[in-house]
Amino acid sequence: MDQKSSKKNSSSENEYSVLIQNLSVTYKTEPALWNIDLNFPKAKMIAIVGPNGAGKSTLIKAVMGLVPITAGKVSVFGKPYSKNRDKVAYVPQRGSVDWDFPTDALDVVEMGLYGKLGWFRRPNSKTRDIARECLDKVGLSDYQDRQIGQLSGGQQQRVFLARALAQDAQIYLMDEPLNGVDVITEKTILSILENLRKEGKTIVMVHHELQTVDKYFDWVVMVNRNLITHGPIKEVFTKENLDRTYQEKQRMSI
Amino acid sequence: MALEEILSVFLGIFTDYTLRYVALGSAILGITSGALGCFTVLRKQSLFGDAIAHAALPGIGFAYLFAGVKDSLLLMLGAAIFAWFGGIVTLAITNTTKIKQDAALGITLSVFFGLGIVLLTFLQSIGGSSQGGLDRFLFGQAAALIESDVINLGILAAFCFVVLILFYKEFKIMTFDSSFSQSLGFPIKYLNALLTSVIVVAVVIGLHTVGVVLMVSMLIAPAAAARQWTSNLKNMIILSAIFGGLSGIIGSMISSTTEGMSTGPVIVITITAILGISLIFSPKQGYLFKYLRNQRKSQISLDNIKTISDNEKENHGNF
Repeated sequence: MDQKSSKKNSSSENEYSVLIQNLSVTYKTEPALWNIDLNFPKAKMIAIVGPNGAGKSTLIKAVMGLVPITAGKVSVFGKPYSKNRDKVAYVPQRGSVDWDFPTDALDVVEMGLYGKLGWFRRPNSKTRDIARECLDKVGLSDYQDRQIGQLSGGQQQRVFLARALAQDAQIYLMDEPLNGVDVITEKTILSILENLRKEGKTIVMVHHELQTVDKYFDWVVMVNRNLITHGPIKEVFTKENLDRTYQEKQRMSI
Repeated sequence: MALEEILSVFLGIFTDYTLRYVALGSAILGITSGALGCFTVLRKQSLFGDAIAHAALPGIGFAYLFAGVKDSLLLMLGAAIFAWFGGIVTLAITNTTKIKQDAALGITLSVFFGLGIVLLTFLQSIGGSSQGGLDRFLFGQAAALIESDVINLGILAAFCFVVLILFYKEFKIMTFDSSFSQSLGFPIKYLNALLTSVIVVAVVIGLHTVGVVLMVSMLIAPAAAARQWTSNLKNMIILSAIFGGLSGIIGSMISSTTEGMSTGPVIVITITAILGISLIFSPKQGYLFKYLRNQRKSQISLDNIKTISDNEKENHGNF
């Protein structure tokens, strides 16, 4: 794979799953991200780190057009996101939904297929089967009929992962999927993601635990409203860069 | 004797034309608002439902002012436009100012309702033979329903259900996980507008029977009651529609026994009773069974403690 792409003298479109150019996002008058130039290389486990309010979630949301972009451009496999939606799976923060919602685990996983179903088409036995398979992959087949509020935090997080697996995408954008999960769940999730990476998929994860970054990931993006740096862990995950990222009140570099 | 009276009221549905339409109209409202109210409750927009219901009142006044006749369809159209307008005003206030949503809802609700009351009293003061009875939209007067009204309500309700069935999957995913549904490409702005529209239609259906003031409870109470019995959205919607429809029929029948009694309050009391029963007696979440389960648990743990201490005593004795 690597040889081929170097022979082709490849354009950025072939190497990167996501290319972000000159991206700025502003909430009302507050800038959330400023002038970000970044790419997510293919087949990598990528961590996005930075302090609270640094715009980590905003960054992955901006890729999918979930937040209004003030300036700049995002492309997914060389096309606008809206043209390549089916290549992206999304795992939102667990706290962003109401787990008292009247539904069960299998039903939530099946929602990952609603995009492919499109308008007016109902979930059917085929989508049920796929959802069951994905629930099985995260080790929750015994819980498929469980109301989602009755699941533990780690199980809820795995349900979300299963839903993303059902999307059968090339890129997995995940917002703190390891937040508040137990050790076993963390291992399960990581081994599933590692398998995806081996299949050539790109994993992008907002991550909080700095001490596990170099263990779990091979690429890191450090943001604090501005992009501090990004690249292979070995090269850029240094104390100096961490200090720059976690500095109090990062000034806008205008 | 009393039983006979109750029976005759019941049989009235089949024999008495007026009562039949009254009950039918109230049932249509209950079923529609019950089904759609599930989304209001799950989206935590109960107050939003209240605000748009109150905002409908000036619409009735304006429609009458312009048309000069009490044409039921025209009044409903006016009500729908203002209900929608009220919703948009709330959104505009929250989006453009620092005022939070609850305050914005309070503002919309009271201002529109105030305007509505001013209009209605103004219309009453300028007189005219046909202006009377507009105030029945405050608390509802199902007894005033005639056949053509009921047919109109039926058509509106059918529209709501067609939309609900067609867009069930989209409404569900949007309600559960809005940003995820957006990432899949569902245009949640338009879906939101559509869902709000059908809820507005449900509110408009309720004008005749429950009135604007108490309408919100027809959105909330059946859904809240249904949630007690099931953890499946589809079942919740069906059950909520049944509860709403039942309370509509029972409430309108009770109110029909007394001349001039507003239907709205009676229907609302009926659905609240159903909610109360559900809160207490539902097997999974009801207070009664929770209490019993806790009792049993504590009894078991008490027994355990007893056995342990007994054992210890024995051990001590042996020692």
